[in-house]
Order: sequence, then structure tokens, then C-alpha cells
Amino acid sequence: MPEYMLLLYSPEFDPAEAAEREAELPVWMELNESLREAGLLVANGRLHPADSATTVRVRDGETEVTDGPFATTKEILGGYYLLDCSDLDEALRHAARLPIARFGSVEVRPVMDLSAMQASYQAATEEK
Amino acid sequence: MSPPGGRRSGVGDPVAAAVARAFRDERAAVLATLIRHVGDFQIAEDAVQDAFAAAVVAWRRDGVPANPGAWITVAARRKAIDLLRRDRSLADRAARLGQLARLDAQEHPSVSEASAIADDRLRLIFTCCHPALDLPARVALTLRTLGGLTTGEIARAFLVSEPTMGKRIVRAKRKIADAHIPYRVPADEELPDRLRGVLRVVYLIFNEGYSASEGDRLVRGELCGEAIRLGRLLGELMRDDAEVWGLLALMLLHDGRRGARVDPDGRYVALGEQDRSSWDRDLIDEGVRALERAVRLRRPGQYQLQAAITALHVQAPDPEGTNWAQIAELYGALAKLSPSPVVELNRATAVGFASGPAAGLDLLEPLLRDPALERYQPLHAAHAELLRRARDLPGAARAYERAIALSANAVERAELERRLATL
Repeated sequence: MPEYMLLLYSPEFDPAEAAEREAELPVWMELNESLREAGLLVANGRLHPADSATTVRVRDGETEVTDGPFATTKEILGGYYLLDCSDLDEALRHAARLPIARFGSVEVRPVMDLSAMQASYQAATEEK
Repeated sequence: MSPPGGRRSGVGDPVAAAVARAFRDERAAVLATLIRHVGDFQIAEDAVQDAFAAAVVAWRRDGVPANPGAWITVAARRKAIDLLRRDRSLADRAARLGQLARLDAQEHPSVSEASAIADDRLRLIFTCCHPALDLPARVALTLRTLGGLTTGEIARAFLVSEPTMGKRIVRAKRKIADAHIPYRVPADEELPDRLRGVLRVVYLIFNEGYSASEGDRLVRGELCGEAIRLGRLLGELMRDDAEVWGLLALMLLHDGRRGARVDPDGRYVALGEQDRSSWDRDLIDEGVRALERAVRLRRPGQYQLQAAITALHVQAPDPEGTNWAQIAELYGALAKLSPSPVVELNRATAVGFASGPAAGLDLLEPLLRDPALERYQPLHAAHAELLRRARDLPGAARAYERAIALSANAVERAELERRLATL
């Protein structure tokens, strides 16, 4: 079966909208469950906001690390890796090893810890 | 973060003075250790802030404790336990709480904990100066967590509004948490590179205070003081790194002359015309000792070379007695190690004094042809000086006018205008 990657885009939202989005969490969980039951779900995750990103480029053999997602408009998304690392330094080290880092850029974005997210969601609903 | 009761309310109130002293001397170390235990900058900072607030009340009631640092450490740890119990968003909350409770039950830290504590401030410095944070955020976070300045003071020193600076610091702390920027001293193979980044942040803080082109002069002086404190701390924590001592020497040798650079009317005073008796000899002596220590380690670097140049200026009995030939040689070494137009410009000036203005003008020639330096004010000011000494007065006048037009600093502009008028 061919695999497809769904890339999720949205404008950055303000705190009021964020609360509204958080309230949709059960909808997401239901949806994930139905995809899993149908045997379609390989992996999914929610990323931390764009300002937690770090961009890695390698130019003239030197690794350049910059704060933020600084892909130029000419660069298009060409692939992905999902790595389980002990911390950001380890992720940046492997990002710099990818051949694409020498002519493109690798944006390193942390994936949200879902167990902590669910715990805080449960805590919030218990309080209500 | 600020000491409760205000930074300068210590006069005549022994409890407030003791709290202010503990804030200045102990806060960074207590915070650095608590961040390692809690695993979160914000919770640790809030806990330390609460502990200082509690100290004001408790010390007034029970007297100032014999060891204020130990008192604050225990109080901050207990506040952190309270805060962690309430915050469910941290993934490894239970493990953190367990560790904090164990520490709280011990009377004395274990041997392994005692050696970990010794490195905590170094971990904090390296994390605040991590390359995945942008440079202004590294500077702000370093000042805020390791220094004694409030967000408002940092904001005034960098000429941004307090909310803007507050957001910058909050964002940096959030990135450290979200992206899991590690809290550790880098491994040996990355250490030289990362230490260079740390020294760059410290020197940037110093220069921001020293250049004082605009803004609140008092707050900017505090930036120099904070940078020197960080330099001394790095010297204490990384005793065998020559560039750490080189940077400390450089900052001390500059700072010792800070007061003499501006006359009572606010006019800029060039090095050659400064009142040498108004220099701070203690700072300069400490700078010379730091430089000697760096040189003994036999690993030359750019900060040491710059400090050696500054030391030669400072140690000359008067401007005429300056050893320009040796200064020119040191700039030559610096140009090889870290070439830049600024270094080339200073080398040309030194050669101009050592071997005559014609030799200096020869070295300036390639810089004057570089279109990227067309609007670089110090180049035109130095060009004007060399032309004046070479007796090319019309040329000197043109160069002074160019430098005046490019000057952003009123004190400096007035000085250039004065020199133009004396041609």
C-alpha cells in the first residue's frame, strides 16, 4: 500500500483561540483512534510552535545553527526524519549529517510530549 | 527577578542589606542548582524569587541566618516542591519531586551532589549561551539568570521596552524547555567552540556597556560590571583556559579607564589626552595579573592579544612613551589569527606612529578602496589623523568631514569637529 504524509498547516493563534483549539482535543483523539482501528495510522504528532525551531545548515564544512524556522521561499519540503534523541544537541548533530544540510536546510522541531499534554488536559477537565 | 524591597533600599536597614547581599552573591548559584534538580527554568526561577520574598519576612522576625545562602537554598527547594506539585504539565514530575524530597531530608549533600553543585553555574552559562537561541536572547538570558539586573534594567540598557525584553526572556526559557536544550557543560570535543560562543556573549555585554553611544550611562556602566563579574566567574570555573583570562584582562584594562574617557562636560577624551591619575589602578592591576596568568598558559588567542595591546597603552608613562612598534606587531599577529577590517585599521594606525604616517597610509590604502567600508566612520577618522600628520591638510579636512557626517555619537562628533577646526 502506498504511504501518504499529511502535513498540517495553520496560522499561529492567540491565547483565546488556543483555548478553543484545546477544547477540540477529544475530536483529535477520536479521529486518531478510528485511523488506528482501520490500520491506516503509521505515526502522528503535534509539533511545538514554530519559535521552538532550530535550523541547521552546513556550509564550507562548518555547521551553522540558527534560532527559528528560516527556510527560504525557494526551498520546498522534501522529506522528513522522526528521531528519538536524548536532547536538542543530539538532534542537531544528526541533522548536520544529512547531505541536504550542505545545500538546503534542516529544520529541527520538537514534537510535543503527548502524555504530558493528556495529563494536563485531564487535570483541566477534572477541575471543571 | 529583583530583590524584594528594591535593589538599593539596603542603606540603614540591616535585614534589607543582608537580603540584597544574598541576592547579589548567592542567587545565581542557588538558581543554577535548582534548575538542575527541577529541570525547568521557570519553576526554578519562581521558587528562588519566592524564597527571597520569604527571607525578608523571616529574617526580620528571626534575625539574619549565619549562612544566608544555605537558608535560601532550602527555602527555594521547598517552594519548588510546592510549585511542582501544582504543575502537571512536566513529564518527569514524579521523579523530580522524589529527588527534591530526598535532598530535603539530607542534612549534608552527598559527595556526588557536592561535585555536581560545583559545576552548576557553568551548566547555566552554557545553556543560556546555547547557539540554538538567537544572540539577543542569549545576552538577555545570561544577564537575567547569572547577573543581578532586573528585566527593566536590561531593557533600558539595550534601548528596548520592558515588555519587549520580558517577552524575549520568556520566549528563550520556553524554547529551552520545549526543544530540550540540555543543561550541561559540553563534552570535550565541543567545548572549545561552545566556550568561544560564551566569551562572545560576555564581551558583547561588556561592549554594550562600554560603547555607551546612547542611553542611560549609569545602567550601561552596570553592564560593564556584570560582564566583568561573569569573566571572574568563568576564571574561577575554567581556570586553565587562556582565553577566559585574556577576556577578563581585556575587560578590566578597558574598564579601569572608563571614567577618564569623558570629561566633566561630557566631552570625549582621547586616550592620549586622558588624565592617567584618574584611572582605576586596582582594576588595571587585576587586568595585568589576569593577562600574565593567560600568557603563562601558552595558548595565544584573540582576547589575549587585544589585552596585551591595551596593557601596552595603559602601562606607557605618557602617550609619547607608548611602545608603538610592539603594538603594531601584536596587531599583525591578531590580523593573522582573526583578520578583520577593524584589526587592519588599528594596525595601520599603530604602524603610523611606529614608522611614520606614510607607512600607516600605505596600509590604509586597501581599506579605503573597499566599498563595504565606505560608511565605516572610524576608518575616515583614522585616515584624517594620518593625513594631518603627513601634512596633507586639505586631504585631512575632507576625511574629517566624511567622519563627522558618519558619526552617530554626539560626544565623538564634537571631538572630530574640534580637530577639524585646529587644522
